[in-house]
Amino acid sequence: MTEHIHVAPAPVGGRLLTPVTFTCGVLILAALAILAVRFVLGLGAVTHLNDGYPWGIWVVADVVIGSAFACGGFSIAMLVYIFNKGEYHPLVRPALLASLFGYTLAGVGVIFDLGRWWNFWHILSPAYASPNSVMFEVALCISLYIVVMWIEFSPTFMEKWGMRDARRKLNKVMFFFIALGTVLPMMHQSSLGSLLIVFGTQIHPLWQTMLLPLIFLLSAITIGYAVVLFESCLAAAGYRRSIEMHLLTPLAKIMLGVLAVFMIVRFGDLLWRGALGHAFAANLQAFMFWLETACFLSPFVLLRSEVQRRNPARLFIGGALLMLGGVLLRINAFLVGYDTGTGWSYFPSVPELLVTFGMFAIEVLGYIVITRRFPVLPREDAPPTATPAALRAATR
Amino acid sequence: MNGRREFLRRALAGGAAVAGTTACPSAHARGNAEIPPEAIGLLFDSTLCIGCKACVAACKAANDLPLDYNSPVDALWDMPLDTTARTYNVIKAWQSGTGTQRNQQIDGYAFMKSSCLHCIDPSCVSACPVSAMTKDPATGIVQYDADACIGCRYCVAACPFGIPKYDYDSPTGKIGKCELCRHLLPEGKYAACAEVCPTGATLFGKVSALKAEAHRRLALQEGAPTIWPRGNLDTADQPAWEGPAPRYVQHVYGEKEVGGTQMLKLAAVPFEQLGHKPLPERSFSSQSETLQHTLYGGLVLPLAVLGVMSWVARRNVKHDDETDARGAQDAHAGEKRHD
Amino acid sequence: MLSAPAALSTDGRPQRPIESRLEMSRRSFLQFCATLATTLGLPKGAEAAMAQAMEAAQRPSVIWLHFQECTGCTESMLRAEHPTLEKLILDVISLDYHETLFAAAGHQVEAARKAAMERHKGKYLLVVEGAIPTRDGGIYCKVGNQTAIELTRECAKDAAAVIAIGSCASWGGMPATDPNPTGAVGVGKILDKPVVTIPGCPPNPYNFLATVVHFLTFGSLPPVDAQGRPLFAYSRLVHENCERRAHYDAGRFALAFGDDGHRKGYCLYKLGCKGPETYANCPTVLFGDAGAGTWPVGCGHPCIGCTEEGVGFSKPIHMLAKVKNVEPPALYPAIHEPQGQGATLGSAAVLAAVAGAAAGAGAMFARNLGKQHAAADTAAKPAQREDA
Repeated sequence: MTEHIHVAPAPVGGRLLTPVTFTCGVLILAALAILAVRFVLGLGAVTHLNDGYPWGIWVVADVVIGSAFACGGFSIAMLVYIFNKGEYHPLVRPALLASLFGYTLAGVGVIFDLGRWWNFWHILSPAYASPNSVMFEVALCISLYIVVMWIEFSPTFMEKWGMRDARRKLNKVMFFFIALGTVLPMMHQSSLGSLLIVFGTQIHPLWQTMLLPLIFLLSAITIGYAVVLFESCLAAAGYRRSIEMHLLTPLAKIMLGVLAVFMIVRFGDLLWRGALGHAFAANLQAFMFWLETACFLSPFVLLRSEVQRRNPARLFIGGALLMLGGVLLRINAFLVGYDTGTGWSYFPSVPELLVTFGMFAIEVLGYIVITRRFPVLPREDAPPTATPAALRAATR
Repeated sequence: MNGRREFLRRALAGGAAVAGTTACPSAHARGNAEIPPEAIGLLFDSTLCIGCKACVAACKAANDLPLDYNSPVDALWDMPLDTTARTYNVIKAWQSGTGTQRNQQIDGYAFMKSSCLHCIDPSCVSACPVSAMTKDPATGIVQYDADACIGCRYCVAACPFGIPKYDYDSPTGKIGKCELCRHLLPEGKYAACAEVCPTGATLFGKVSALKAEAHRRLALQEGAPTIWPRGNLDTADQPAWEGPAPRYVQHVYGEKEVGGTQMLKLAAVPFEQLGHKPLPERSFSSQSETLQHTLYGGLVLPLAVLGVMSWVARRNVKHDDETDARGAQDAHAGEKRHD
Repeated sequence: MLSAPAALSTDGRPQRPIESRLEMSRRSFLQFCATLATTLGLPKGAEAAMAQAMEAAQRPSVIWLHFQECTGCTESMLRAEHPTLEKLILDVISLDYHETLFAAAGHQVEAARKAAMERHKGKYLLVVEGAIPTRDGGIYCKVGNQTAIELTRECAKDAAAVIAIGSCASWGGMPATDPNPTGAVGVGKILDKPVVTIPGCPPNPYNFLATVVHFLTFGSLPPVDAQGRPLFAYSRLVHENCERRAHYDAGRFALAFGDDGHRKGYCLYKLGCKGPETYANCPTVLFGDAGAGTWPVGCGHPCIGCTEEGVGFSKPIHMLAKVKNVEPPALYPAIHEPQGQGATLGSAAVLAAVAGAAAGAGAMFARNLGKQHAAADTAAKPAQREDA
């Protein structure tokens, strides 16, 4: 159990139709039906989007948060290949898979939200290039990164279909795609924050800063590790596998380290700008700021000692709360802290919410299907250390 | 045929722009953009506005816009609550107390025009990822090209004045905003709102001339008789009229806000009460672009990082290779076993 | 309330039927009464009361003074058509003194005035046409060696009511135009009693007649505004009932006399029309009984605001009117209108339910993980002990 050699990935196997996948299917169908209405009648028919809040949860949740959740691949790849922590290698593929789904769906999600989606290709065409635009850069980077990730992940399919030659050739240049796969997310995850700089004073001072790119990048990296913790626990329980505690425990420590850097930058920036006073106002923004901060601080409490970091329950909750902090940071910066003028209000409509849930359902379903049929998760031949009874209890 | 030529033209221009901005690291930090010398704009004097809404009606006619039933009252009249994708210009009313004293702070009322201010350094143009929102280099008009637009609504969100609006009620919705009647300029006409304005509250002209006129008005003694031009300030195509000067708030809104706008505004009531928030003099777009070009100018920084990453990754992937290959074999074998 | 007219009858002899006195058919007479009742904005049935009051043969004595004026008001009265005004002023009222219309002259006519005032003391109507000069003791207008001030005060002393007809009598009008060399003022300025003013240059005759008939019918003067103008005629801006109003609303303006817009009947606001700041019923009552369009704006001339002190004769044509009826009503959007859709019960419930379910599932899941961890721990500990 504690051996540190690389365990080869293998398909998990098992049935595809389970209550979870069925629920996902229903949610996906509902989302598709709503999207059909959206494309026939327009955005206003299903969303509460308005000119005071032209960006709703489809942008913030599906794209900004979705892509941040998809940073697991980037964070782990950086750890393994850049910081040469080879022991984390078994985590690469599952994380990469989640990233691939997250980003691909974020890209597709953008299409739903685009008012003139048939012109989408303009963003990739030099004829329409707008190099001053942050979104231009984000769109280019994400598009490129999705391609890079498919290349990074392609060995999985090559293994499945026995394309050895292609795999060998790809391996020769894989280092370049891995490097690209760390640079591109750095660029666009930071730029997802830079998107807000041009909004100027429309963004509440608790979130508007020239350090937004750094804050968003650092939070995306920590979220990446949190997602891996969260996902590993979930996958282990879902597939009745043992949890790779020997990897997750030190990973949690790394996560806390990056999180500490993030918190120093976040609060240092607030203090330096003298904006921290706004956090003590009696308004929604201040409340949400503290909620966000509490989520970011909770892992330090939950996972403060090595013993606690060995407890998967704490890893799971810590990871989930950190993810929630990342969600709140993005929702706060893009929606709660956004004020284009007095009088405007926005709250997602039910169909709007259902589409977002449908998007996450696609991610879950895709992850289940691929891990059950393709070699993604580390192979597990040895029986888990825990007793079968305990495992059953854990997964019930 | 035209479409292709246009595409090629755009492709060349766009490519050159990308090459120019990315290959020129010295263009990193920039201050506010400069106004084109021949820029045209509007001067709106709230103290002269009588709330007749002739400009609202004329704008609809000039831009061929449909009725806007954006009103809780009924769907009988064109009664937009605000500018929308179908309404580029709206006269809003401000009231305090009994709302009976024109241009007074207490128990007063005043009108305010809401339409595009045509920023000298527009956020919407900086935000637009596909160059659908552009600023005319000669006239300075902030113009929109629906054929280029992808409908991301970044311009809607970015505008500090809340001007570009998207049509959410259409599956093929467009952004709608005032373009200073640029389609009428070749005919020798000018902004319909200024042309129709009965009091000269909305005045069209070169920004330099409008600015001088605004400062002339601010310098007037309250009650002093003066001449109020109407229509086009440059050509004086409409007769001016004579009347007493009001008491102005000593502020030309749009002269300095976010780097200045080509629409200037005067009022007798503090602008903040008229829905015009105080804004910094540094344009938001210059801040955003400075940051972007500092990080990505010439792609120097990303390429350097990529180089380092490639070098490091290459070293670290090596040992990984063999294990991966072994893993693949194992996986293959494992699959066979499963079968 | 018909006592006042009865008291004002001139003599006791039986009257001819009013139709024959006015040389009009019964039908025309009733139509006339209905017209006046409508002008006054009186409810249904008022025209019958008016007919009755006028038939009751009370001819109120009227004393009509002329000062600084052009006699336009009288001329305007004389041109009323249904019925002809001379019939009315001779037969409905007893015009005992009128400098333009009297055949008599000199001491004779002054004596007639004095006699009428004596005979109808406290019951006669005083009508003043023209402004009253006040500078240098009022020497710039004298009749029968009396200044206008003396004459007005003398006549007003025992009058039942005072009516100022025309803009000059109302506030000074044209003679009071800057620099006002004679110190011309309106009647109200030199009298202590209330004065009903019928401004206009000339005023609409029906506004005057309706006021008189109101007095005949109800024994009191009609309600007036702060300037003494009867509300039935002067409570609406010319702008509000103007036939060109639609052009104003649509932003179609004549820019010069004779231009395309002017010929098409566009709004005259840009030409300096004072309709938006002038209270009068010109667009609804019209002038000269000649049919539609017979009023200044109807003929293509901007309103000069003759019924409005401070506008007529003082604000030049090239100055724009101050639009008085724009106190922002509900139909102007406010600076900040509430827009967009906040949380609905449904959306909040869905979000809360999903968040709750996720939190619940997460908690359950964490609990199980904790149990598993504890089980593994206890399983591992004996093993360690054995190892040891």
